Amino acid sequence: MKTIALLGAALAAALALGSARADVTVGVSLPLTGPTSALGIPAQNGIKLWPTTVAGEKLNVIILDDATDPTIGVKNARRFITEDKVDIIMGSAATPIAAAMSDVAAEGQTVQMMMSPVNLPPGKGEWSFRLPQSTAVMAVPIIEHWKKTGVKTYGFLGYADAYGEAWLADIGAAAEKAGIKRVATERFARTDTSVTGQALKIVAANPDAVLVVASGSGAAMPHKGLVERGYPKNKIYQTHGAASLDLIRVGGKDVEGSYISSGPAVVADMLPDSNPSKALGVRYINEYEKVHGKNSANQFAAHSFDAYILLEKIVPLALKKGKPGTKEFRQGLKDALETMGRTPVSQGVLNYTPADHFGYTPETGVLLTIQNGDWKVVPH
Amino acid sequence: MDLSIASILVLDGATNGAIYALMALATVLVFAVTRVIFIPQGEFVAYGALTLAMLQLGKVPGTMWLMLGLALLVAALDAAHRLRAGVAPAQLALGAGKTLLLPAAIGAVTWWAAPRQLDLVLQSVLTLAIVTPIGPLVYRLAYQSLADATVLVLLIVSVGVHFALTGFGLVAFGAEGFRNPSFWDARFSVGALSLSGQAIIIFTVSVALMLALWLFFERTLYGKALRATAVNRLGARLMGISTTGAGQLTFALAAFIGALSGLLIGPTTTLFYDSGFLIGLKGFVAAIFGGLSSYPAAALGAVFVGLLESFGSFWASAFKEVIVFTIILPVLLWRSFQHPHDDEEE
Repeated sequence: MKTIALLGAALAAALALGSARADVTVGVSLPLTGPTSALGIPAQNGIKLWPTTVAGEKLNVIILDDATDPTIGVKNARRFITEDKVDIIMGSAATPIAAAMSDVAAEGQTVQMMMSPVNLPPGKGEWSFRLPQSTAVMAVPIIEHWKKTGVKTYGFLGYADAYGEAWLADIGAAAEKAGIKRVATERFARTDTSVTGQALKIVAANPDAVLVVASGSGAAMPHKGLVERGYPKNKIYQTHGAASLDLIRVGGKDVEGSYISSGPAVVADMLPDSNPSKALGVRYINEYEKVHGKNSANQFAAHSFDAYILLEKIVPLALKKGKPGTKEFRQGLKDALETMGRTPVSQGVLNYTPADHFGYTPETGVLLTIQNGDWKVVPH
Repeated sequence: MDLSIASILVLDGATNGAIYALMALATVLVFAVTRVIFIPQGEFVAYGALTLAMLQLGKVPGTMWLMLGLALLVAALDAAHRLRAGVAPAQLALGAGKTLLLPAAIGAVTWWAAPRQLDLVLQSVLTLAIVTPIGPLVYRLAYQSLADATVLVLLIVSVGVHFALTGFGLVAFGAEGFRNPSFWDARFSVGALSLSGQAIIIFTVSVALMLALWLFFERTLYGKALRATAVNRLGARLMGISTTGAGQLTFALAAFIGALSGLLIGPTTTLFYDSGFLIGLKGFVAAIFGGLSSYPAAALGAVFVGLLESFGSFWASAFKEVIVFTIILPVLLWRSFQHPHDDEEE
């Protein structure tokens, strides 16, 4: 009996201590293994560069692997809320997992910083904020350039998946507003061996520009397919999913002179000084490449870098509402995010509102062109 | 659609069809001799193309380590078996040496050659030498002890081998794709058609390989032994043909054909560590045309699949794969009407 009472007392003391601590705790769930580990691992590298304190409070970071599995992601999120009593959940970098975790975050009334641009149905995702840009925002520089160069018609050649679908919807809406007509809509898959059929159809429709929607080195094959069918290189546009050196490595001379929409972080050193993300982006590249080597900077670690910038801004505001670990503090974090106003980060300019949890303003995206195997910023 | 578009599509479909035909031949061959539905056939395509890509970069390809690791495992396994059977240690060492000699030699050559970035053709030969032994080693590890199991068990093992090989591909080559340099950069214009040198190489090599296989099966003792095993395993064994040896030879051929296909399409598209699966699967659909037993029907089926794919991607690109894989249903129906009493072999 006595032992049990003693144990109980010890447990109560431990619990009391637990709730009395003033450390800010962040629970991170990322796909460190599985098909999307190429996104999760750099994001984790970015988080590992965080300082150990935020706004004078000690910063605890718990990183768990969700193995690109929504079930594990949800389990991690529950663990963060019930066991670790975190103040903020971060992750996941894969869309289906981040979407599944958003319900848990809302239930536990804990802010979730998504590392993926998830589209959620209205009424969902009240506690979820996105760090990557939405496709609608990334379509802005492309549409602007089309308007400027007098493009009247365009063709679409995109992945037959969620990424392609999101771009089709967003570029469609923006182009329609600008009076630009889509004359061909073709699909392909990353592992296809040829796009000859699709390219023929697009070239036959003879649009003023073609948008290729694909990711990484997968964006090179359709690009080369179009060029092979005689479509001019300088009328082909690529999305931010392809804004990596892999496109240039595989695409070679066929991608020279083509255009690509990108977040500002990876090309920060080439941006004009007037760009609000320039200073932060350069700082990110320097900090990241000091640890991980030259040309290692990438958009995923940049989102992790930006998350810390947000923490620095919202933690002091929330501390006025309550101590870390309490419900008031968590509510304070959410309110701070929704009312913080225009905030430049390395990947653009954020301005979350209660209605808009994507947050990026239209000035975010940068249009790049490829010259001599490297990026070049296209001035506005 | 006019004639020029149609002819471009036909050319594109036939080029891919030639690759699918090689896949289909390998699938039929493996099934006939060992009754294994070899799903990982496509993995060797990715291995072939990506091994060459690594050699191009001057790196030692991960497939070399896979080959050496598998060889070591097989040597250890064989030694354990023989030890239990009471074989003398000297013979044990000899057996292990036999298994390890060739892989070790290939490994050493790769180690020497990789940083020297030799000529493209030499690198291709080296690629074939690295990838081909993986076939029989995989057979020894995954299938040999199950050689008499049902087709279903062997199919399940194939699924496992497929996942293991794809996973290894991700570790060895990374998530990004590669495109190899062309073997022949020339282009020939015939009217609206523009024929690339690489397409000509694909056709020539495919046809040459089919002819070589035909000669192999008709004219050589080994080929005849394989055919005998395919017709009747027990009978072949009674005639003194080693079914184990036949299985290993078959898998070596399958891996060789796969790696060669990888070298052929490497310059025409971007290949990823997981690209091989769909290519192999389309070869499988083609093999179904021949009921997994007829080589000419499988080859014709492959050309048909290639054409269907290229016209499908022109008319309804979003449904291309649906069209290609749905074709399997009417084919199965037609085959089951043709051979109503074809009982499943157990």
